[in-house]
Amino acid sequence: MRSLRDALITFRRTPLLSALSVTTIAFSLFAFGLFGLVALNIREALDRLEDRVEIRAFVADGTAPESIGQAAGDIAHYPEVLNATMVTQEQALARAQKELGDFRDVFEGAVLPASIDVRLKPGMRNPATVKRVAARVKAFPFVDDVRFGEEWIEKLYRLRNIAGIAGVVLGLTFAAVSCIIIGATIRMAVLSRAKEIAIMRLVGATDGYIRRPFIIEGLLQGVLGGLLALLLTYFARSLINRYVIETIFFDRRVALLGILFGVVIGFMGSVFSVGRHLRRV
Amino acid sequence: MIRFTHVTKEYPRTGTAVDDVTLHVGKGEFVFLTGPSGAGKTSLLKMVYLDERPTSGEVRVSGTSSLTATDRDIAKLRRKLGIVFQDFRLLDNRTAEQNVAFALEVTGVPRAIIDPKVARALTQVGLAGKGTAYPRELSGGEQQRVAIARALVNDPFVIIADEPTGNLDDRATRGIFQLLRDINAAGTAVVMATHNLELIRRQEFRTLEMARGAVVFDSADAAAL
Ligand SMILES: Nc1ncnc2c1ncn2[C@@H]1O[C@H](COP(=O)(O)OP(=O)(O)OP(=O)(O)O)[C@@H](O)[C@H]1O
Ligand SMILES: [Mg+2]
Repeated sequence: MRSLRDALITFRRTPLLSALSVTTIAFSLFAFGLFGLVALNIREALDRLEDRVEIRAFVADGTAPESIGQAAGDIAHYPEVLNATMVTQEQALARAQKELGDFRDVFEGAVLPASIDVRLKPGMRNPATVKRVAARVKAFPFVDDVRFGEEWIEKLYRLRNIAGIAGVVLGLTFAAVSCIIIGATIRMAVLSRAKEIAIMRLVGATDGYIRRPFIIEGLLQGVLGGLLALLLTYFARSLINRYVIETIFFDRRVALLGILFGVVIGFMGSVFSVGRHLRRV
Repeated sequence: MIRFTHVTKEYPRTGTAVDDVTLHVGKGEFVFLTGPSGAGKTSLLKMVYLDERPTSGEVRVSGTSSLTATDRDIAKLRRKLGIVFQDFRLLDNRTAEQNVAFALEVTGVPRAIIDPKVARALTQVGLAGKGTAYPRELSGGEQQRVAIARALVNDPFVIIADEPTGNLDDRATRGIFQLLRDINAAGTAVVMATHNLELIRRQEFRTLEMARGAVVFDSADAAAL
């Protein structure tokens, strides 16, 4: 209890220093949060793109519709497959004409091949699975050709991986910077209380006791920094939504996780530096 | 109670500060520690409360050995010692009472027994009426009394005072010295470093004289001869 009070007293006695510390943590987490939002929205966009990932198997002319229908039924039962639809020659033509709108005349009298359109389940839309399913579909004797936008999918995935790695690297960098800043804050807090600490030692306070308020202070700064960062991020996102592009925000769990991350940074920063600085007073 | 066995202290840059000191201070003793500046008095006292550890030899204080004590042991030991300095070392933003209470609060003494103990210690040093004053509102002599009250509040078996009158005029010096004698008369040992030879000359107390790190005179040995 006394430790908590001491931590709060430090806040009150060095309001500028504490505010600076909270702000720097907030800005570090804010940068992290912004990047997180970018990553989140890239992912969201990728997910939406992936919804359109499908395998289209073109069927040889003159294949009986019953055979195609049966094959589609079989394919639909593959574990990776969400659904498989038969598209007859007439349907293919209608679809092409609809998609081309004004140029529908181009297709006058044309014959488009029938196909089976296969859509994979949400978790299965990665290049390896797509290739495997495509190969299986191609094994049907009446399937002429299989298209599945191989290159496109792989690029998509590479982009996503780069985004992920950049997120982790930047996140850790920001965390390290925050720890350093907290360390500097604690250094100043320790120095500003050097006399008090020396007296505590003299009258027999334990090291753990002497450290506690600094660690609690670090934790509090982490919480406040996290909350502030969340506010800043939310505000920034509102601006982006209004002036640039509609984006999504973290859900409640991720937001809490962000604050928790602030707490962890506060804890690590204070634990690592407090011992080092205490030894010097 | 306090036992030094062939204690030597060397600092990295300044060399030997305490040189092969062997001595014993018994229960309830009053000991003066004298010697020229730089003789090693402060260094010796610091080893009593294990602020410094000997480079070689052993310091034993009330069952705690400099050879084996952990940080925790040292903290526990200091709760049984009262330490007083020339510069008082009070916290400016706390009242006299709060300064004394501080020593109990930070060692986990329950709130309920802090107040009566603080009141008793302040009465003992003659400051019963000035508990709510801040250090800046007190004279040097009074500030030192607050510091002594803080040292007393844990009921120590020994008071270690490093030039406690160094910043005070004659009158205040005599007052503080009388206070330490009273405390000693009540059973608490006192080890006091001082430059004030006049103070010593008029007393019958044991005197240790240091020079260049060594104890060159011990009135207890002289009396035994
Ligand atoms: N923390 C320290 N680090 C390095 N050297 C020190 C330290 N403290 C004291 N010394 C050295 O040890 C020697 C003894 O110093 P000490 O302070 O013990 O003497 P003293 O008898 O208390 O002197 P004074 O009467 O002036 O207080 C000195 O030469 C000093 O330079
Ligand atoms: Mg000295």
